[in-house]
Amino acid sequence: MKAVLGELLQGRPVFVNIGVRAFGDTLRQAGFEVVQVDWAPPAGGDPRLAALLDELL
Amino acid sequence: MIRKTVVRRNRYLDSVFLMQVARRMSERPGIEDASALLGTDANRAVLAGLGFEVLDAGPNDLVVALAGEAAAVDAVATDLEAWLAPGVPGAAPDPRSLEEALRTRAADLAVISVPGAHAAREARAALRAGLHVFLFSSNVSLEDEVSLKLEARDRGLIVMGPDCGTAYLAGAGLGFTNAIRRGPIGLVGSTGTGMQEFACLVHLAGSGISNGIGTGGRDLSDAVAGLSTLAGIDALEADPATRVIAVLSKPPGAAATRKLAERLGRCAKPVVQCLLGGEDTLDDAVIRALREVGVEAPAFLLPRTDPPFLGLRPEQRHVRGLFAGGTLCYQAQAIFRQAGLTVHSNAPLHGMETLEDPDRSLGNTFLDMGAEYFVEGRPHPMIDGTQRRRRLEKELRDPSVGVLLLDFILGTLSSPDPVGEVLDLLPGGLCVAASVCGTEGDTQGLESQVRALKEAGVRVFPTAAQAARFCRDVALTLQEGP
Amino acid sequence: MTLKERINAANEEAFRRMAAADPVLVDVAPASQVIPGMRDRLILHSGPPVTWERMCGAQRGAAIGMCLFEGWARDAAEAEGMLARAEIELEPNHHHATVGPMAGTITSNMWVWVVENKSFGNRAYCRQVESFQQFGDHSEAALAALFSWRDTWGPALGQAVRSLGGIPLKPLIARALQMGDEMHNRVVASSSLFANVVAPALAASGLPAEQVQSTLHYAGNHPFLFLGLSMAASKATMDPVRGIESSTVVTAMARNGTDFGIQVSGLDGEWFTAPSPRVHGLLLPGWKEEDAGLDMGDSAITETAGLGGFALGGAPGILAFTGGTAAQALAYSRDMRAIAVGLSPNYLIPALDFEGTAMGIDIRKVVQASLVPVIDTAIAHREMGHGIIGGGLVRPPLECFTRALTRFSEVYSAAREA
Repeated sequence: MKAVLGELLQGRPVFVNIGVRAFGDTLRQAGFEVVQVDWAPPAGGDPRLAALLDELL
Repeated sequence: MIRKTVVRRNRYLDSVFLMQVARRMSERPGIEDASALLGTDANRAVLAGLGFEVLDAGPNDLVVALAGEAAAVDAVATDLEAWLAPGVPGAAPDPRSLEEALRTRAADLAVISVPGAHAAREARAALRAGLHVFLFSSNVSLEDEVSLKLEARDRGLIVMGPDCGTAYLAGAGLGFTNAIRRGPIGLVGSTGTGMQEFACLVHLAGSGISNGIGTGGRDLSDAVAGLSTLAGIDALEADPATRVIAVLSKPPGAAATRKLAERLGRCAKPVVQCLLGGEDTLDDAVIRALREVGVEAPAFLLPRTDPPFLGLRPEQRHVRGLFAGGTLCYQAQAIFRQAGLTVHSNAPLHGMETLEDPDRSLGNTFLDMGAEYFVEGRPHPMIDGTQRRRRLEKELRDPSVGVLLLDFILGTLSSPDPVGEVLDLLPGGLCVAASVCGTEGDTQGLESQVRALKEAGVRVFPTAAQAARFCRDVALTLQEGP
Repeated sequence: MTLKERINAANEEAFRRMAAADPVLVDVAPASQVIPGMRDRLILHSGPPVTWERMCGAQRGAAIGMCLFEGWARDAAEAEGMLARAEIELEPNHHHATVGPMAGTITSNMWVWVVENKSFGNRAYCRQVESFQQFGDHSEAALAALFSWRDTWGPALGQAVRSLGGIPLKPLIARALQMGDEMHNRVVASSSLFANVVAPALAASGLPAEQVQSTLHYAGNHPFLFLGLSMAASKATMDPVRGIESSTVVTAMARNGTDFGIQVSGLDGEWFTAPSPRVHGLLLPGWKEEDAGLDMGDSAITETAGLGGFALGGAPGILAFTGGTAAQALAYSRDMRAIAVGLSPNYLIPALDFEGTAMGIDIRKVVQASLVPVIDTAIAHREMGHGIIGGGLVRPPLECFTRALTRFSEVYSAAREA
C-alpha cells in the first residue's frame, strides 16, 4: 500500500483554506502558499437544494 | 528557419493587447520574429514587407505571423489560444468554492473551519478533488466522520479531524501551533492541546517534531476504529524524517485498541504510546520519545518536590482548575484520581463526578473552559480569555477556594497575551499554580509570560502535569486537615 | 460516466458552441417574411408566455400599439377589446427564434434585424429599439417611429446590409467592449461603429437622397440602435446551445413585466418562472418609484450570452445609472465568474487585464453560491401610455434557478435510475 501523505510530508504543501481566514493567514505568514475560499453556505443554507447539488455539482 | 502565418476569422482583439502577445511569443526560445495583428490592408502590407505570405484575411480577422525554428513555430501555432489567453491576472477576488480555487492553483490540503453542518460536504468535495483534509470544524456527525475517513482511505488520503485543532506538516503549523523546531519525533494525536504540550516540551528539551498528524477526538472510538490514526502511523513510518512515532490519545475503544496494538506491533520504527487518563502523562511520553532518539531528558521534565504552600486559612479547602486546554484538564483529573482525590468536572474522567451545573463549582472542580457549554457563540478561551476571567472572579469570591490551577497556551491563533488577560486578579490571597505551553519563538513570548506570572506570585511549572501534581500535593494536605 | 461528468461534459459542449458562434447581420426584413411561424393577428412579445389578463400595463399598451400599427383596430379601445376577447394571439418571441427589447412586441409588418450564426446556420431576429412604443406608449407620435422604421430606415438598412454581403457582429462587439460598451444598456460605441460600417453602403445604395439622409441620421444618432443587434447576435449565439442533453447552462432569461423566466439547455422547451423583480436604478425627471413597472424584456439574452451585466467591468460609464463605482462594476464582472462555465475567449475587458467576460450561466453554480446574474436594463411605467422612465440594475429571482435545478434533478436522476 502506498503511504498516505508521503508527498505532502516531504514536499512543500499548498493549502486551500475554507472558512476562518486566520487559519490561512498564519500559514501565509509562515511562507506557505494558501488559496483562500470566500465561503458561504451552499444554496443559501437550504438543505434540500444542497443535497441536490451534492448529486449534480 | 521557417515562416508561418495563421489566420483566425472574426477574431477582433485590441491592438495593444496583440502587441503584448507578439512580444511574449518572440521571447520564446526558437522564435525569431512574431507578429499578431488584424488583417487590414496596411497590416498585410507590413507582413508582406517582413517576408510573410499574405493570406486571404480581412480587417476583422486575426493574423499571427511567426518566424523561427520549425519546432518552436509549430508549437506556438498549434497552441495559439493559450498565447491569446489574458496575461497578468489582476487582483482577482477570492474564489467562492473549492472547485473555483483549484482552477487557479493546484493544492495538497484543504483546511476547513466552516460551521459543522456544512463541514462534511466541503471535506468530501476536497477528498474527491484529491486533497488531504484538516477539519477544524466540530459538530460533524459520527456517521459523516466514518464515511469521510473511509473515502479518504480508499483514495490514499487522510482526514485530520473533525474537531482537529493542531497539526504540523512539512514544517507548516495548522491550527493552534507553537514555534517548534523540526526534528526526529513524529506525532499522531487525537488531542490538540496534548499535541501542543508534547511538541513544546520536545522543543524545550532540544529536540524537534518531524510531522504531527491530528486525528480528531473520536478517531480511536470503536465506530471510527482509528482510521486516521492508522493512516498517520503509515505516513510517519514511511517518512524518512521520522525516527520514532509517538501516539497520543485518550483510552481507545476495545476494538480500536486491538487494531492499534496490532498495527504498532508490526511498526518498523520505535513507537511511544501515551494513553492519557491513566498513569501516563504527556511528560512521561516526551521522556520516552526523547530516549528513543538518544536525547536524555532535561531536568525540567523530571518529577520534583516543590516546597509546600503555607498560609491558607482553614476554610480554604478546595482546588479549582480553570483550563483552556481540554486535554490538560483531563490529564490533571487523572493525576488527582491516582491520589484518590475526587474532582467534579464538566468533562469528567471516568470515575470522576459530573458537575451538574457547569456554572457552579463544587468541592474540587476542574473546568474545561473550551467545552461546548462555554464556547457556544463565544470565542474559545485560548483565543479570548474573557469567559475564563469571569469565572476566575467568581471562584475568587468563594471563601472555600484555596488553590487555583491554570494553564496558558501560547502560539498561533491564541490570544496575544493570555497571562495579561487575568494577571490583575492573581493571586488574590490563595495558592495559584500555572503552566505555560509555548516556546521562545511564539509571538506571545514564553519567557515574558512566565516572568509576569512569577512576579505576581504565581507558582509557575514547566509542564501542565507538574502544575497538577503540585496542586495534588496541596490538596492532599488540605484533605488531611490541620 | 457519472451524472456529474455528463453534466460537465454537456456544459463544456455548450460553452464550446457559445465560443464558436459567428453571428453575422445578413438582412433587415419584415417579420412575416423571415420569422418562422409568423402570421396575421399574432403578436409576439417578450418574456415567458403570458395571457392578456396577467399582462402588465406597459406590455398591454405596446400590444395595443401593434394593433394600431397593423391597422387591426381603429383606436385603442377597439384594440383592447380584441385583445381581451383573444381575437389576437399572443406568443413569446423566444418560441420563434426571436427577441424583442422591453415589451418586445413584433407583428407581421414589423421589420426585424436578421442575424445568422454562420458557424451553425441558424438565424435569429430582433425588432428595432426605440423609447416609446415598446415601453407601452401607443400614441400617434410613438407609432410614428415604427412607421419610419418600416417604410424608410428598415428597407434602406436591409439593402445596405445585403450589398455588404452581411456584417460580422462579433468583431464589432469585441471592439465596442473595449470602448466602454457592455452591449445591453450602453451601446453607444457599437452603434457608432455600426453606423460607420453601413454609411458607405447607404451612400452608394442609389436610394432616394431623402431616404439615405434620414437613415444615415437615424443610424448615426440613435444611442440604442445596436442593442437590437447585440440581442439578435446573443439569441443567434444561444439557440444552438438549446437541447444539449444533461446541460445545466441557461439558454434564455426573459421577462414580460409580470414573470421572469429562464430556460435551460438540458430542459429544452420548459420555462422556470417567478414574479418579475423591481429594477434598482435611476428614474428620469418627474417619475417616482411607485410609477415603475417590474422588470421586462428579452434583452437579458445579452447576459445569457455573457454580455450586459457580465461585461459591466468594462463599462464604467453606465454606472451613472446605478450610482455605483468603477470598482463595483469590476466586482460585478468578477462575481459572475463564480456562476459561469468559463471566460469568453472573444470578449475581453481591458480593465480586467484582458480577461474574458464570464460566459455560460450554470444553474448549479447559481444555486450553490446563491448568486444570481446581474442584468442592466431600462425601466417602463407600470401603466400603459408612457415612454422610458429610467434604467438600472436588476437581479433575477433565485426561485427561477432553484425550480430549474429541482426539475433538472427530477428529469435526470429519474433517467439515470431508469
